[in-house]
Amino acid sequence: MCLAFPMKVLKIEGDRAIVSSGGVQRAIGVSFIKNVKRGDYVIVHAGFAIEKLDPVKAEETLKMLEELR
Amino acid sequence: MKIITLAHGSGGSQMHRLIKDLFIKNLDNRFLNKLGDAAFINPAAGRLAYTTDSFVVKPLFFPGGDIGKLSVCGTVNDLSVSGAMPRYLSCGMIVEDGFSYAELEKITISIRDACRSAGVAITTGDFKVVEKGAVDGIFINTSGIGEVFLNSEISMSRIKPGDKIIISGTIGDHAASILLAREDLKFKTRIKSDCGPLNKLVSSIICRDIKFMRDPTRGGLATTLNEISTASGYNIAVEEFEIPVKKSVKALCEILGFDPLYMANEGKLIAIVSKNSAGNILSKMKKHITGKDARIIGEVRKEKGKRVYLETRSGGARILDMITGEQLPRIC
Amino acid sequence: MRYIDEYRNLKIANKLFRLIREEAIGLGHIKFMEVCGTHTMAVERFGIRQALPENITLISGPGCPVCVTPKNYVDKAIAFSDVGNIIVFSFGDMLKVPGTGANLMEQKTKGRVKVVYSPFDAVEFAEKHRDKNIVFLGIGFETTAPTVAASVKYAKKKKLKNFFVYSGHKIMPPAMKLLARDRHVNIQGFLCPAHVSAIIGTRPYAEISGKYDMPCVVSGFEPLDILQSILMLVKQVKSKNAKVENQYNRVVRPSGNIKALRLIDEVFSKNDSEWRGIGVIPQSGLVLSGRYAAFDIERNLEMPEPKTSIDRGCICGSVLKGIKTPLECRLFSKKCNPENPCGACMVSSEGACAAYYRYRK
Repeated sequence: MCLAFPMKVLKIEGDRAIVSSGGVQRAIGVSFIKNVKRGDYVIVHAGFAIEKLDPVKAEETLKMLEELR
Repeated sequence: MKIITLAHGSGGSQMHRLIKDLFIKNLDNRFLNKLGDAAFINPAAGRLAYTTDSFVVKPLFFPGGDIGKLSVCGTVNDLSVSGAMPRYLSCGMIVEDGFSYAELEKITISIRDACRSAGVAITTGDFKVVEKGAVDGIFINTSGIGEVFLNSEISMSRIKPGDKIIISGTIGDHAASILLAREDLKFKTRIKSDCGPLNKLVSSIICRDIKFMRDPTRGGLATTLNEISTASGYNIAVEEFEIPVKKSVKALCEILGFDPLYMANEGKLIAIVSKNSAGNILSKMKKHITGKDARIIGEVRKEKGKRVYLETRSGGARILDMITGEQLPRIC
Repeated sequence: MRYIDEYRNLKIANKLFRLIREEAIGLGHIKFMEVCGTHTMAVERFGIRQALPENITLISGPGCPVCVTPKNYVDKAIAFSDVGNIIVFSFGDMLKVPGTGANLMEQKTKGRVKVVYSPFDAVEFAEKHRDKNIVFLGIGFETTAPTVAASVKYAKKKKLKNFFVYSGHKIMPPAMKLLARDRHVNIQGFLCPAHVSAIIGTRPYAEISGKYDMPCVVSGFEPLDILQSILMLVKQVKSKNAKVENQYNRVVRPSGNIKALRLIDEVFSKNDSEWRGIGVIPQSGLVLSGRYAAFDIERNLEMPEPKTSIDRGCICGSVLKGIKTPLECRLFSKKCNPENPCGACMVSSEGACAAYYRYRK
């Protein structure tokens, strides 16, 4: 019930933003996430950003996976 | 706004003027210009291939093409994957009373351009107008005659274990462009339909080592592979990593929950070829602009069955079944 | 695709498959439930089920709106769409769910139902077409509820009188608690939903984990996420130490998305809700309330209750709870198949029954 996809914020205009991934762009709502800025990656579900992706934690997870023996 | 009316289909002066000003003017060729009830064709020595298809696509115009282009390429491609060089087409149109003249002109020009690109001619045609509501805008039927290549031996029964499977390029482009044009999902992309003729590509690769070809239209690659598996009697295995998908089509599919394996293509072919010739046929394909993204994606297995297996890019495996109904954007 | 492709890496996936296999040796047969329908989809799509060791089984739970939306909801939605100047807008998921004798797909071909990607598209349509009444089918869990809430707020701001919601929203924790305490449901751990958790955080699972001694791991949807989470669950089972772990911490915070939770509370209130195949679970549904109750279509339109038929022989409820397999259903593959689904587990292309059907001999 949670098909959602990380997309990059290109532009913000009040409660709406333009996001993009792989050359696909859309206008979405950002009214219930905090402190979003251009360049952030947000998780997009049904035309709204439901959360920001934390790039530091993303990197940590990958590093941990790579280091598994 | 100029429109098509029932008078344009009734055989009188308005219809004759339409045929002259629109169809003859744009499709101009020695067969059609005679305006006979039939076209006379001198067949080449050897076998002929013959096919027909009807086109009812909505919307009529989409990025990368329209119903006119589709109606030529669809028939050209059915002949091409059957191992024949398309030559002579017929074109029958049924148009709704009130249809825009400008749109009919656009569609006719697309037919002209597609014929030029493929090197075929509309040799004979028919035009009817029906009352509002009897058709949805315009329906087109084309049938085509092609000359079978002398070195073509296309037959499902020739498919054997070990044969390799080649796809001529990226999948899902056509369905993605139609989806965006039809459903108003409000995405901005550069995705275009891959609608285009395959005959020149086929002509550059045709040889006895090609056992079978098909264009994966409705239902996409997975459906066509299922058809081939069922008809040949052998299981098929393909690798997800090898299947080419454009970045933007991939992204759109991820966002909407679509599977590109089940999305229609209108300018691609699948070729089942003998193992030893696969590398050679692949390089010939890649030299041609229509086949530049071609890849070997899998093989025919030695077990008898009607299953299509996909090795996923993350080390797993799944069965690709036939699709039931159309895919829709989902949240789950 | 950034933040996607990296989590599909084949080498790391194979490493994780091997580690899971090694950790699971000697543990007997373990069953984990992935509650979220999107996890079921991902597991199927990446072929994970086939590559896990034989002693680990993944069961798909009731976290799929297609599976748990009651038949009566579909019948009512069809009835709304038949009313003169109402157009029903819906997510695509619902269109093939069988109602009594009909489904919404048939209404779509008549132009009475439109499919949208976002509820905001429905409210924008209502804004542009004031002569039509728009009813949006609000289904989905805590991930989707804030998107519908935000759309309803927009409708209120624009003073729209022609936009309505038919809420079928449900929330996950009550269903998970029910499953955790049901002795017939024999599972050794939950793969917790990724994006529901992005909204509700990880704290709601603490009660389930503590009270029922149930290992819980919040998992992302990419193959490496799912495999890493399964490994974490296996390790918890092995160490007999049940707790809540957050594998998807690049998106999920322990407290969740507070703004989204406040938005849900502002627009909705909880009610007792019927889950198809399971029955009524108290305080598990969301209904428009307070200042936003006026947008609830059921408060605005008197309709005769449609006659909803009972699914005779359908055991989707037991399948959803992981108590029975599709093979034990007498309708399976005979009367019930992907082309003619009787119950919701066959409709969803990745539902347990559809998946079993695909792998039939």
